Amino acid sequence: MTQRQRRGTRPPSPARPEDAAGSAAAAGGPPPSLTLDALGRKCPIPIIMLADRIRDVAIGQVIEVLADDPAAKTDLPAWCALKSHEFVRAADLPVGWSFLVRRSY
Amino acid sequence: MAATAPTATVPAGSGYLDAASAEPLHPSGREALLTALHDGWADPARLHREGRRARLLLDQARESVAAELGARPDEVSFTSSGTQAVHLAVLGAVQARQSAARGPGHLVASAVEHSAVLNAADWLHRVSGTAVTLIGVDREGRADTAEFAAAVGRDRTLLACLQSANHEVGTVQPVAATAAECERARVPLLVDAGASAGRLPIPAGWALLAASARKWGGPAGVGVLAVRRATRWREPFPADDREGRRVPGFPNVPEILAAAASLSAMGRERAALDGALRALVARIRAAVPERVPDAVVYGDPADRLPHIVTFSCLYVDGEALVTELDRAGFSVSSGSACVADTRQPSHVLAAMGALTHGNVRVSLPRSASENAVTAFLAALPPIVARIRQTVAADTAGVTP
Repeated sequence: MTQRQRRGTRPPSPARPEDAAGSAAAAGGPPPSLTLDALGRKCPIPIIMLADRIRDVAIGQVIEVLADDPAAKTDLPAWCALKSHEFVRAADLPVGWSFLVRRSY
Repeated sequence: MAATAPTATVPAGSGYLDAASAEPLHPSGREALLTALHDGWADPARLHREGRRARLLLDQARESVAAELGARPDEVSFTSSGTQAVHLAVLGAVQARQSAARGPGHLVASAVEHSAVLNAADWLHRVSGTAVTLIGVDREGRADTAEFAAAVGRDRTLLACLQSANHEVGTVQPVAATAAECERARVPLLVDAGASAGRLPIPAGWALLAASARKWGGPAGVGVLAVRRATRWREPFPADDREGRRVPGFPNVPEILAAAASLSAMGRERAALDGALRALVARIRAAVPERVPDAVVYGDPADRLPHIVTFSCLYVDGEALVTELDRAGFSVSSGSACVADTRQPSHVLAAMGALTHGNVRVSLPRSASENAVTAFLAALPPIVARIRQTVAADTAGVTP
């Protein structure tokens, strides 16, 4: 894999039901349409996974990222601000955090 | 040069862009160091001729540094580093004002202080239970003066700490406004001038001042602690008679003299150097977002240090970026977690809500050339593109 398109032109695909682990529901917050497991992955990998998959959920839907790299706590909200997506919230997990992001466009 | 390395058009050595970590020794400092090694090796506390000669050099250095910093000579002590100066300033000021009867007190610092300040505050908190309030910053890294004013107004506030300018993103801090609030609340203000000393005039209003010679083209291993005569301060460690009883141990007279000579030289050159470096920084600030997709420049565009510029590149690993730039002949630093001493990302970038990955701090030495900046701006975009491709390839399969 060489040129992976990250900004804009990737065609939307339906959310995969097997990805929707729904761990956000336990922590409170809107139910995610898709959950990405980036536990054990160092930044920027969790951000890259989010950027790759955000268009897999419909506009207005929520995507969840699970991550335990401390940098994710800063970088997930910072990415949302840069890309004008809505950072919904971060919640503590036994290991790491659950981050909820709402696709805005 | 290895076949995989990009074309390096920068002459050897001129790609050093990490002056905020260490400015190369100023020629004036080098000259003073050689002279002082010959004349200033003896113990300046002794009364014999060799001791008196060392003492004379040390006194000259103290007067010169005091003049540059806007202090009286008897307010200035030399330490073994900027970090030691900060630690002595924080601990000595707090301990002088703590009392068993009235409890461990309260300390205020901006959230983007150098780790030397934050570590000293944390140590006080753990050892004596001193409460610590960290003041938030805006997107450019500037401390909130209203929040600062409210915090120093709290009962039993023993010390406030605010840097003159931020060492990672270059934003100048509102020292004058904060100093006025501290004076109103009768709280001493420590100004950590490590990032700005020699680069910008020292702001007024400090009760304690700390700086590091390595950052202004002096040798490593010399710091400065200044304590106003009216400011209460008590030695936090076993003291001896050196340096006004503020710093234990035999002062390094030759290196102190070199530090003083470098600071004077930077002061003389400042008017010319400031404009030249600001123009190069402005060029980098404009060019990076134009040439590198998804790159963000941080720090105030105008009210800033003349020599520092910081940016983050989305989807790039900071360690890879620093390593690739080094291979291309450019020496920079990074606030990304993998590059820092700890596994934590930069607390400065985190407090600003800035991206911590893919971070680069470029800081221009006094010798920085237009050519070096041109070469850096040419080398950066393909390096970022290549790292993004590699990371994307590594990530493939993680997100099916």
